[in-house]
Amino acid sequence: MKKIYVKEEWCLGCHLCEFECAYANSGIGNIVLALKDKEIDPNVKVLSDGKITFAVSCRHCDEPLCISACISGALSKDETGAVMVDKSKCVGCGSCVMVCPYGAVRITKEGTANKCQLCMNNTFGEPLCVKKCPNGAIVFEEK
Amino acid sequence: MIDYNVAPFEVVRDYDKCVNCRVCERQCSNEVHHYEEGFGKMISDSTKCVDCQRCVCLCPTKALKILPNQNAFRPNANWQQKYLTEIYKQAESGGVLLSSMGNPEPFPVYFDKILINASQVTNPSIDPLREPMETRVFLGAKPQTMQRDREGKILPKLPPRLKLSMPVMFSAMSYGSISYNAHAALARAAEKLGIYYNTGEGGLHKDFYKYSANTIVQVASGRFGVHKDYLEDGAAIEIKIGQGAKPGIGGHLPGAKIVGDVSKTRMIPEGSDAVSPAPHHDIYSIEDLRQLVYSIKEATEYKKPVIVKIAAVHNVAAIASGIARSGADIIAIDGFRGGTGAAPTRIRDNVGIPIELALGSVDQRLREENIRDNVSLVVAGSIRSSADVVKAICLGADAVYIGSASLVAMGCHLCRTCNYGKCNWGIATQRPDLVKRLNPDIAAERLINMLTAWNHEIQEMMGGMGINSIEALRGNRLMLRGVGLNERELAVLGIKHAGEV
Repeated sequence: MKKIYVKEEWCLGCHLCEFECAYANSGIGNIVLALKDKEIDPNVKVLSDGKITFAVSCRHCDEPLCISACISGALSKDETGAVMVDKSKCVGCGSCVMVCPYGAVRITKEGTANKCQLCMNNTFGEPLCVKKCPNGAIVFEEK
Repeated sequence: MIDYNVAPFEVVRDYDKCVNCRVCERQCSNEVHHYEEGFGKMISDSTKCVDCQRCVCLCPTKALKILPNQNAFRPNANWQQKYLTEIYKQAESGGVLLSSMGNPEPFPVYFDKILINASQVTNPSIDPLREPMETRVFLGAKPQTMQRDREGKILPKLPPRLKLSMPVMFSAMSYGSISYNAHAALARAAEKLGIYYNTGEGGLHKDFYKYSANTIVQVASGRFGVHKDYLEDGAAIEIKIGQGAKPGIGGHLPGAKIVGDVSKTRMIPEGSDAVSPAPHHDIYSIEDLRQLVYSIKEATEYKKPVIVKIAAVHNVAAIASGIARSGADIIAIDGFRGGTGAAPTRIRDNVGIPIELALGSVDQRLREENIRDNVSLVVAGSIRSSADVVKAICLGADAVYIGSASLVAMGCHLCRTCNYGKCNWGIATQRPDLVKRLNPDIAAERLINMLTAWNHEIQEMMGGMGINSIEALRGNRLMLRGVGLNERELAVLGIKHAGEV
């Protein structure tokens, strides 16, 4: 399946992907309205040790530990192989957060799990972090 | 101490749109923007801005624009603000003013005063989408005679040549003046396009030896990075005598930039200044030049064409005539608008002549002396579009070099501060965090796109004229007409005025 991959060599640590992700998943059409005066909680996060920067988001593992750990059946793979969250089923137990080796799942303020769903469930239909990365450091491809 | 200068630009932020994402802050190597906790918003220090437009391009909400500073000195047609500003700088520093990229002053651009012909009724135009259209060019000496063997078969013995898929090459830009990634992009694009890029005087990084079939290696007055493998690796060897942006003077890459691989590639110690002398100290005459041309030919077994690159200066035609007799295969002429990583401002802005006029007079002179076929002519110095390419070829060029245009394709916004070494676009810098901003995968693709587009446009213009090969376009001045040019200018260019039959 097509997945998001990050090329650390080209990541500039500009954090644009975080804001584009927050915008893409806000459900608001205007980017200023979506981001202005709001604390963002994006599905992709740029991590850094001061030298290297790297945008981390869900790896959509072939054998996802989060799905195995989910006690309520809220996490599942869709037909393409992407790991999706059904918020209506999630009980916010945090099991997925604990088992994810990449730290790519989190419990949001709403009390449910959230993570990158490849922009499949929003109006963009393609990962906006990939499209807007200024240096081709985030790619969406078959490997 | 009073700072007598005022900021040339003003950073204007639309606070209704700014979402405090701080991308501008992270991306500005000049440290213009920062988030002010006290105000809870982004603040810009316009005095540090060089107008490179990096923040404007990356701002996700398009909240930024950079304008000329409205705070200006009292208008004066003679004492323009730039002269005052430059005096303030020199009064403070006591130093020679430095500038980057090509001459920005409002001298006439002759390409913009030349128009191209097209066919109507009596001589049909050609549709390049349906009929063959040849843009391939060979550079090098064209033999005057044909030799046959005893059975009458033609002996295909030709002098060494360069084969170009289209009449454009990337100009000499050294590794040091531009980044590793910029060089990688140029090399990859040249290979893919079937043209050449040029190492400049910085030597050839070991990683790029694999692009040897598309590499022109340069030998300049400092002889940095020149060794046997280097010469043997190039498809052609260019002796650089002069550069359009700074005719008559040498070069100086500060020791601060001679680090790591740049030092290894140039074959000089880390931290030492790379000073290229003004002249080659072994070339004081055409006879001396001939010795170097033949030394290089001898070293490379006469397998590679030798290019001699000069700046366009007042007596360029006579110099070119000498070079055409020196054994060189190709003459490259760089006009006064040619770019540079750093040059003294006074020289960049006041020395040299326009490439259009230099080309007109050189081509004419070589034809008159019947030595035009001894050499190919490559011109440089602000070729900005496919139309400039076509006009240059009609004026007598075999091909053109593009430097600035290729940098612009990679993202350069001509802020003209390459000499600061803090290029926000990752091109004219050696700072690792900035160099990585230029992803050569993207940059190479952009170069290929630009030249593919130019090639289509060249074919369209040729087709319009009813011409189906570059060979038939070269020196075809009847295809050009001048507008708003005086008799002398038209005579030097060798073209008629628009309206003349």
